[in-house]
Amino acid sequence: MVRPKITPIAASLTPSVEVPRLRMDGICKRFGATIALENVSLEVLPGEVHALVGENGAGKSTLMKILSGAIPPDRGTMWLDGEPFAPLHPLDARRRGIAMIYQELSLAPHLSVMENILLGMEPHRGGFIRWGQMKRRAEEALSQLGLSDLPLSVPVRALPPGLQQMVEIARALVTQARVVVLDEPTSSLTQDDVVRLFDLVKRLRERGLSVIYISHFLEEVKQISDRFTVLRDGHSVGTGSTASTPVDQIVRMMVGREITELYPRRTRTRGEVVLEIRGLTGIDKPRDVSLTLHRGEIVGIAGLIGSGRTELLRAIFGLQPITQGLVRVGVLSGWADPGKRWRQGVGFMSEDRKREGLAMGLSISANMTLPRLDYLGPWGLILPSRERQMAERWIQSLAIKCQGPGQPVWALSGGTQQKVALSRLLYANVDVLILDEPTRGIDVGSKAQIYRLIAQAAEGSPEYGTRPRAVLMVSSYLPELLGLCDRIAVMYRGQLVACAPVGDWTEHKLMLAATGQTSELAEHQ
Amino acid sequence: MSETPKKRATSLRQSERWNASFLSTLGRFTALIVVFLFFAILVEGGKFYSPRNLENILRQSAVYATASLGMTMVIIAAGIDLSIGSIIALSLVTVAWILDYHYLVPTADGGMETVYLIRVYPVVLPWIALLAGIGVGTLAGFVNGVTIVRLRLVPFIVTLGTMGIFRGLAKGLAEEKDIYPHEDTWLTQLMDPTLTSQDVHWRMWILPPGVWILIATAIFAAVLLRYTRLGRYMYAIGSNEETARLCGVPVGRVKVVTYTLAGFFGGLAGLMQFSFIGGIGQPTSAVAYELFVIAAVVIGGGSLMGGQGSILGSVIGALIITILYMGGQQMGWPKWVQEAVIGVIIIAAVVIDRLRQQKTG
Repeated sequence: MVRPKITPIAASLTPSVEVPRLRMDGICKRFGATIALENVSLEVLPGEVHALVGENGAGKSTLMKILSGAIPPDRGTMWLDGEPFAPLHPLDARRRGIAMIYQELSLAPHLSVMENILLGMEPHRGGFIRWGQMKRRAEEALSQLGLSDLPLSVPVRALPPGLQQMVEIARALVTQARVVVLDEPTSSLTQDDVVRLFDLVKRLRERGLSVIYISHFLEEVKQISDRFTVLRDGHSVGTGSTASTPVDQIVRMMVGREITELYPRRTRTRGEVVLEIRGLTGIDKPRDVSLTLHRGEIVGIAGLIGSGRTELLRAIFGLQPITQGLVRVGVLSGWADPGKRWRQGVGFMSEDRKREGLAMGLSISANMTLPRLDYLGPWGLILPSRERQMAERWIQSLAIKCQGPGQPVWALSGGTQQKVALSRLLYANVDVLILDEPTRGIDVGSKAQIYRLIAQAAEGSPEYGTRPRAVLMVSSYLPELLGLCDRIAVMYRGQLVACAPVGDWTEHKLMLAATGQTSELAEHQ
Repeated sequence: MSETPKKRATSLRQSERWNASFLSTLGRFTALIVVFLFFAILVEGGKFYSPRNLENILRQSAVYATASLGMTMVIIAAGIDLSIGSIIALSLVTVAWILDYHYLVPTADGGMETVYLIRVYPVVLPWIALLAGIGVGTLAGFVNGVTIVRLRLVPFIVTLGTMGIFRGLAKGLAEEKDIYPHEDTWLTQLMDPTLTSQDVHWRMWILPPGVWILIATAIFAAVLLRYTRLGRYMYAIGSNEETARLCGVPVGRVKVVTYTLAGFFGGLAGLMQFSFIGGIGQPTSAVAYELFVIAAVVIGGGSLMGGQGSILGSVIGALIITILYMGGQQMGWPKWVQEAVIGVIIIAAVVIDRLRQQKTG
């Protein structure tokens, strides 16, 4: 496909003849004493993919909430295709052609693909849905997106997350959106789905739609967007053409500092075996997986979503049943429930912070200490002083930015929440850390810190008198696996197809192994 | 040394946080006083703050408050117990049934004589009745818990069902009549007025024994929620059950224990209700109490989404509801106005809570 040439337009130049699709000018927003946005400007052209980048808390979501009419700006103006645009509420913005596609999918899981695509705009006569027309319009939207293979009458909850997102984009198309906002669209996608998504974004662009693309992954931004705008601490700090700006310059704009080393250097020595899996088989996945994990090493697991990576971790941790095979922790073998695993010195960090990983309403200390409340007092008692002391120790050593151990977790930023989730394993003093997507949805700065903490955990820190630990981590982000791990194993269709030292791997090889060298769609059929 | 200012900053913020929770309790307390003053001023002749009326408020609210202790735990664990009113009834009917237990024996002259067990065991039987009342409540709660956990049913549905079952059992046990035990025992006196009593010795109690029981059990419940593993597990399950499971919390067991405790407090409340209505085993007693009890917890800051709630708040909530109820009666408000007012207060309490949280959040 030939990519349309877009002339880079710097913000400082005189306005082009082209009327921008969307112009946001001098947007200000404060919440109480917090300034969320200060004089932010954004200009998106028709048929352009515009990347909006910035660390968590930079103000991207606030800006998009203003665009979508969810919250009003304190000051500033917006124009849509040259007309003043001041949405009163989200539906108003949607009617005017703003389509938001959020990180958390907003589909009705029990309704079918077709019903979801046309939700709220079902063709009807006298209140009765005209199913024939509905089907036609849904089919039309899907075929325009090259998704004709998507089943129309299947409930969307039965689809993998990647396809659910496609449904949502199809919905945007049906609503005759002018601006489509994609908020972290790839954070839950596999490499495979990402390719599909990019294809879709390009189709949207060809149809003259403007796409605002929010992402932490700068490689993606580089690949898909025409121009970008960087937000930092509620200010727009730069905008320009993506093609002519090197990635490290964008990173510099984002963080306002140089990130010298994203991945910590390895200074680890392998110790004894702490976890051994033999022929582990679950109900559907994993299938016959064997793996040993030594103290002082980080083993990564690559693979597509649905390849059974998460299921493997969950089966080891007792969150999913095992039909065959053996899990041996130290000298103890056999299936155990999560409570036993924690006591055996195995800790698990979920890929889904909000749904499973953290109890958002509870305090940092309550979240941290939950797996081992027995550390906090005798006879089932919790001594508040000891709880606070323990929590403060880990808050300090992980540099968790908070107001104190009693602060509820929901009030923290994504990266900080992730640190709290990680601190739980360190507090519980486990020997084996099982981490599922430990850096999903957090900003570059926090990622670097999480990497350092994981490496530290594997190395052991004499400062705190901790032994080296073993880390088993799943990640969809290959550079992260290559940068952090000592060994990488790849899963494909429930099986562990390869396991080798990190030196033997490249991104390309990992992808080949993960796809089983089959066609793109293999995983979804 | 460099740590000192940082430490100070943390402890300052912690004291702010403490203030926030203190303020919310203070807010509820203020609401309680406002509601009380409202009726104190409006009810003619100062009748509302007469010692007798104050005692009545305490006596009535003690039943709600005691039941609300368990309900607080259930709601914190993101559950609900609609059967609590029926548990109260089942418990009090059990007590009355045991106290009234009698059988016929043939007499020497060929006739039949009724023998009351209470005459035979005047000391032991009240204790047996007490234990049975509480025991039946506890068992009912256990049944709720096991059904919810084992059958994986929604608490709402299970307790909606057991609400009917327990009420039916109560009526069946009482043979659809009120049971009037043959003799009054000290169980009947549990909730008797003290300060306004003619009996000097009884006045020494200061508060009715039932209210003392409430105070003791409330402290027990508050400590359990705050300072024990079990209490923390309840909060964790209510806040996020998946997280709790991931952290090795025995979710099923904790739920069973939670509902069992709710049943225990329900049984205790049944004992109090038995005394409050004058020592009668009335199987239709405590109808719709589940709504008052849930309302008390919600007014006290409990969230039906789980993870939130406090014992002190629930007790204050029970007091507010009682005062509204009794105040309305004494003002001569029609019943429909009383009910509507209580409804408005429940919604207002939740809205105010939300607004306050938005401000601090």
